[in-house]
Amino acid sequence: MVHQYQLNGYNIVLDTCSGAVHVVDEVAYDIIAMFESHTQEEIVAAMLEKYQDRDDVTAEELRACIGDVQALKDAGQLFTPDTFADMAGTFKERSGDVVKALCLHVAHTCNLNCSYCFASQGKYHGDRALMSFEVGKRALDFLIEHSGTRTNLEVDFFGGEPLMNWDVVKQLVEYARTQEEPHHKKFRFTLTTNGMLIDDDVIGFANREMSNVVLSLDGRKEIHDRLRVDYAGNGSYDRIVPKFQKLVEARGGRNYYMRGTFTHANPDFTNDVFHMADLGFTELSMEPVVCAPDDPAALTPEDLEIVKEQYEILAKDMLRREREGRPITFYHYMLDLTGGPCIYKRISGCGSGTEYMAVTPWGDLYPCHQFVGEEAYKLGDIWNGVTNTALRDEFRACNAYARPECADCWAKLYCSGGCAANAYHATGSIRGVYEAGCELFRKRIECAIMMKAAEEAAEEEA
Amino acid sequence: MMKRIKTLETRNLCESAKKGGCGECQTSCQSACKTSCGVANQKCENADK
Repeated sequence: MVHQYQLNGYNIVLDTCSGAVHVVDEVAYDIIAMFESHTQEEIVAAMLEKYQDRDDVTAEELRACIGDVQALKDAGQLFTPDTFADMAGTFKERSGDVVKALCLHVAHTCNLNCSYCFASQGKYHGDRALMSFEVGKRALDFLIEHSGTRTNLEVDFFGGEPLMNWDVVKQLVEYARTQEEPHHKKFRFTLTTNGMLIDDDVIGFANREMSNVVLSLDGRKEIHDRLRVDYAGNGSYDRIVPKFQKLVEARGGRNYYMRGTFTHANPDFTNDVFHMADLGFTELSMEPVVCAPDDPAALTPEDLEIVKEQYEILAKDMLRREREGRPITFYHYMLDLTGGPCIYKRISGCGSGTEYMAVTPWGDLYPCHQFVGEEAYKLGDIWNGVTNTALRDEFRACNAYARPECADCWAKLYCSGGCAANAYHATGSIRGVYEAGCELFRKRIECAIMMKAAEEAAEEEA
Repeated sequence: MMKRIKTLETRNLCESAKKGGCGECQTSCQSACKTSCGVANQKCENADK
């Protein structure tokens, strides 16, 4: 399968199944579009007519270009047949019942009262609770016991607001470190926080122990303070920004994300990304809100068109910043074309419900943090393991080839079939398709690859 | 040298089927977004690729 698109002056051709990316001129772009459905002479005739005012377009030269296209096809870099469908279902089975990542809900409570919170102000539609050290310790033991031959284990401290249970977080990290050598494991911790309780102790410990910190900021003060308010209704921007700046500076400006959510109030979210950059932050992530369609914060179909334009604006501006020697990173534009994930990962996806699970303060297991609170999606608990094996099998069967709607989608090996939670919330089934999310995802990948083309061109010029 | 086509260097996915699947890479959602699935920005951690 081949996907062709034009963006920011670049003609780009993606070969879905090999992962190859070709940047071509308009003549080759047209030739590739006709290649599989026309004879060589038909293509030559059509191109000679279309480009009759161009001296460089001759029959001989067109045949050479058609030869190049054929050579790429022969080399498995263009029109590569899809041979993955048959093996897709077996990939996750190969890892057995291995669990390698947990999202620890150490606090089902929050000191902010954000109306758009998918976690319902940290309560996940249930009771407020803090995870005890004993439950957390058992979760870590569960992870080690079920991690098989995996060395790298990931644990995210999540909530609600995890800093409301900070002492337990520290104790759990200390406990996990004592278990690394005897079990030949390496823990990578991440912390997702709203920043309200950041102090010097948090900064010191987090910067020493957390391989990544995710800091929630929605961008411009008026946007952030509209929804991210405390229980008295006061915005949190002025209180958290200086703390975030201090933490990031002490961290050396690396291994963190400023993570914002955009809603119907700010489909022009690039202004919020740029605002974060103006505050001195360079590692940025901005996500569309996840909420019910009738929620006032939900993005409308009109918003989606604005958002798609915004993604282009962002990509072009990031290239400009790069040229000016002051680059910023946007999570969804980070593509490593040479060192990125293998086909196993691309087909299997995020691992929710299989390799990745969320643990509630009470020790219950869910397929991921977005399913916590949905009783039907409880997998088991950290003492007895996964007892709802039928549910785990359902998640195991989710992959890039599991949905008929994805069969003809060029982006399926970039998204792996999409987020099960998004699908569930949009359609009621984890095997559904969240079409609005797909549209935005495809646009992001097009922008990210265009940036690679532009960077390559800039390198050549230099 | 192709006159009209520039091919960027990429990892060949078909080839990666041969040695892929060690499972050491990060779970996709873990590091930043928490609300969508994108695997393309993950780093491969296979020591034997």
